This record gives sequence, structure tokens and C-alpha cells, in this order.
Amino acid sequence: MHLIGELSAVLATALFIFALYWMNDPKTARRGVIAGVTGMTVAVLATWIQPEIVHHGWIVGAIVLGFAVGIPLSRVPLTAVPQRTALSHAFGGLAAGLVGTAEYFLWLGENSAQLTPFRMSALVIEVILGFLTFTGSLMAAGKLQEVKWIPQRPVTYPGQNFVNLAVLGLAVGLGVTLVLHPHAAWGGQAFIAIGVLALAFGVLLIIPIGGADMPTVISILNAYAGLAAVAMGFVLNSKLLVTAGALDGSSGLILSIIMCRAMNRSFTNVLFGAFGKAQPAALKGEQKEWKQESVEGAAQLLEQARSVVIIPGYGMAVAQAQHKVRELYDALTKRGITVKFAIHPVAGRMPGHMNVLLAEANIPYSALVEMDEINPEMPQTDVALVLGANDVVNPAARYNKGTPIYGMPIIDADKAKTVLAVKRSKNPGFAGIDNELYVGDNTWMLFGDAKAVLGELVKQFGSGGIH
Amino acid sequence: MTDFGSMLFVFVLATFIGLGVIRRVSRLLYTPLMSLTNAISAIAVVGSIVVTGADHPLTIRILGAVALFASMTNIVSGFVITDRMLKMFKKQ
Repeated sequence: MHLIGELSAVLATALFIFALYWMNDPKTARRGVIAGVTGMTVAVLATWIQPEIVHHGWIVGAIVLGFAVGIPLSRVPLTAVPQRTALSHAFGGLAAGLVGTAEYFLWLGENSAQLTPFRMSALVIEVILGFLTFTGSLMAAGKLQEVKWIPQRPVTYPGQNFVNLAVLGLAVGLGVTLVLHPHAAWGGQAFIAIGVLALAFGVLLIIPIGGADMPTVISILNAYAGLAAVAMGFVLNSKLLVTAGALDGSSGLILSIIMCRAMNRSFTNVLFGAFGKAQPAALKGEQKEWKQESVEGAAQLLEQARSVVIIPGYGMAVAQAQHKVRELYDALTKRGITVKFAIHPVAGRMPGHMNVLLAEANIPYSALVEMDEINPEMPQTDVALVLGANDVVNPAARYNKGTPIYGMPIIDADKAKTVLAVKRSKNPGFAGIDNELYVGDNTWMLFGDAKAVLGELVKQFGSGGIH
Repeated sequence: MTDFGSMLFVFVLATFIGLGVIRRVSRLLYTPLMSLTNAISAIAVVGSIVVTGADHPLTIRILGAVALFASMTNIVSGFVITDRMLKMFKKQ
């Protein structure tokens, strides 16, 4: 019996590692899902058939409910994938927190000799990480979903970092005390207090974080959710759980580092320094004017180009313009024009979001090029078409120390021979910063809704205007 | 103490494997990667099954059942949405 459990755990671990390994290429990636599902099924069945499991009805009920909620969640539109991801981090954290609480009270009630210092430390870490991930991720999901009662803009107040650290410090302090006195009469109350403080800390941690930092925050919460699973593995003495949690945690860690680098910020800066607080010093010198271009003129510019780089931002997805982008891509490639998409690592609202949004519109992934690879090609590019991207193409990031995006690597749209920028309105972007790309000498603006403007452009290439 | 030692050993090795494997993941696929690792870490479901299904006091089993539901939601929605996104990536 024990042997089946051990072997299935080893098999599941191997399958999980293969699942991630196959993600190195879109061609093999779907195999990874099959491996993951197989590993999961094996592990669940091997646990379920253990003789100590007697309440099968409860398990079936919870699994059925999980399907009932999980299936609709898997069908959300791709613009809502970041919210779904945050929500699943929340569920992961909740599961860890609840199982930790259950195990603690089980051991406390039945056999408190089980509460060794090692187990007690693992329990405290599990519950703190689990519950802070739960509320933190719920807040992040709420901000991404633009729920009315959760403020989108960063909420800051004096002494905020002090309050946050005090709440976390109190939870950790109580935890240390519990580890030292696991059999104390007040143990139960202290444990509940730790859980409540962790729940509060999760909320406080995310309140000061603005929308522009969401890709980083989701990645960090991913790492926390993974670590909560690891702590749970320590508590339950399950190597399978420790391994799976470590895989999740390291994935979150790597994505967090990539996101931070892409914004030239550190972890601590994201978590403890609210973005958008530093207002840019007003640009001195002459205020330049926009140059506006007509759709006909823009179509002509594109028609005469040999190479076009399209730089999409979240604005494109909000306008639901992906399918029009695909039509434009088809119209241009049919004329022998090379079209590539320049993808900034933080384009969209979570790591890799833009790639998924473009893939949905049937744009081949061979046309999606990362920032580092496209930048050397920008000076030879005839037209850079900026679609709803803003901060990631702002040249001020290179030299203007007064702007919050200073030092952030950008796509060198301004180096293209001609820049066409589609923009909904003349307001500044998400981070509230003026963009001098729009007033550049070689830049032409197309004002309007991205979908409408692209529709007009595609029409020019169709039966009308250009042939 | 041996418990702790071997668990820590597994954790460190698994983290190194994770870092090595994840670093090679295609940059195109970071969003599906996140939903996949999410589903995989919902293996925490094995813990919830034991807490829910064994003959424990009622309140403990309720906590377990809620955790089981949460993990199961992650497993189902995580794997299904990962596959849904991966299907969209076409070379031509």
C-alpha cells in the first residue's frame, strides 16, 4: 500500500517536470498539459485509495463543486486571463492556509506531542504564506477586474510601510512564540491570530500597488503560492508536494525577476514603493505639437514600406482590435511587406499576455519578436506602428531621470524611419507620463479607437484606395 | 530531524530543477506557463483529500473540503485554460 503511494508520487513528480520541460517550444507544449493531467490523476487516485479515507461522499462533493467553478473559469476571455490567474493564486493560498489550520487543530486536539518545533515552524510559515497570498491575490484580481469597491489607483498614506511591516512582524513574532511553546494553553488563539494578521497583511500589501505593476505582482504572488505549497509539503511530510510547490515557486521567482528587469525595478521597490507616486518633472524647453495623419496617408506610408514593425500594447486588447490587426497583417504580407510584432516583456497585464492575445487572432508566433531581438532591427524598419502601447515606447525612459519609468528598457520605436501611433485620446498613459515619441519629428498620429482606425486602414487596402 | 533533513534536500534539488527547466521555457508561453504551474501546484489536493476523507472531527473535515474545492478548481481551470491557450499558438 505504502509502496503504491511512493511510486505514484515519483511518477507524478517526473511527469510534472516533463510538463514544464515541454513548454520550451510551442510545438511540444500541449504534450505538457497531458503529462500534467496524468501526473495529477495518478497522485489523486493513489491518495484516495488509502484505507484511512472513509468519507468518500465529501470528496466527491468537493471535486464536483471544483469542476462546476473551474470549467467556467477556464472559459473567460483572454483579456481576463490575468484576473483568473490571480484568482487561482488566491485559491492555492486558501487551500494551503486551511489545510495548515486543520492540521494544527488536529494535532493540538489529538496528540500535541506531534507539534515538534519543525512541524510547528512549517505550519506557521504555511498559514502566513497561504493566507497572505489568498487576500493579496484577491485584491490583485479585483484591481485587474476593475471591481468598483477596490481602488485602481495606488492607495498610500504616511507610515504605510511601517504599518505593513508591523502587521507582518506581529504575525511572525506570534509564530516564533508558538514554535517555542507549542503546548501553551493560548496556542489555539495565537494560531488564529496569526491567520487573521496574515489575511490583513495580504490586503495591505496590494493596496498601494498600481495597475502598471500588475505583471510583477502576479508573478510574485505566484512565487508565494508555490512556497505556501512547499510549506504544506513540509507539514504533511510529502515530497511530491514539496517538489510541485518548488517548481511553481521557482517559476514565479524567474517571472518576477524578468518582469522587474523589464521595468528596471527591484522587488522591494515594487512592494514598498507605490508606482505613480513620483510625478515627472515637467519637461522644460519648447512644447512640441502633434502631427496628425489621415488614414489614407497612413495606408500609403504602409504600402510603400518594405518592413513594418507593429508594437501592440494593452490598449489594443481593450479595444478588441486583435482581429483587425490580423487583417492588416494579412493585407501587408500579401503585398510582400515584412511584418513583425515587437513584444515588450510587460506588454499586457501579466507575463506573456500579449503573445496569447495575438495568438488568439491567429497571428503566427514566428512573427512575434521579443524586445531584445527587435531593437537592433528598428533603425532599418520603414514603419513602426504603435498600437495602444505607451510607456514601453517612451524615449524619456532612456535619459529623463525625473520620470518614474527612467531606466526601463524600451522598444526603440523612435529609431524607425517613420512612426505611426494610434491613440484613443490625447491623455497620458497608464503610468500618467507624457510620451515624447508622439511629438517626434518622424512621428505621425492617428487618433481614434484602435479597432476603428485599423478597420479604416484595412479598408484602404481592400477594394477602395490602394491596389 | 531526519524528516526535516530529507525534506529540505528535496526542496533544494527541486528548486534547482525548477530554475533550470523554467529558464528554458519559450518566452512566448509565459502566460500558459503560469496557469500550468498553478494547476500543478494544486497537487496540494492530496493533502486536502486526507484531511477531508479521514475520520476527523466535523470542523476539520469542513476546512478540508473547502481546501479540496479550492485546489480542484485550480486543477480544472488551470489545465483546461492552459490547453486552450496553447492550441492558439500556430507557426503559420
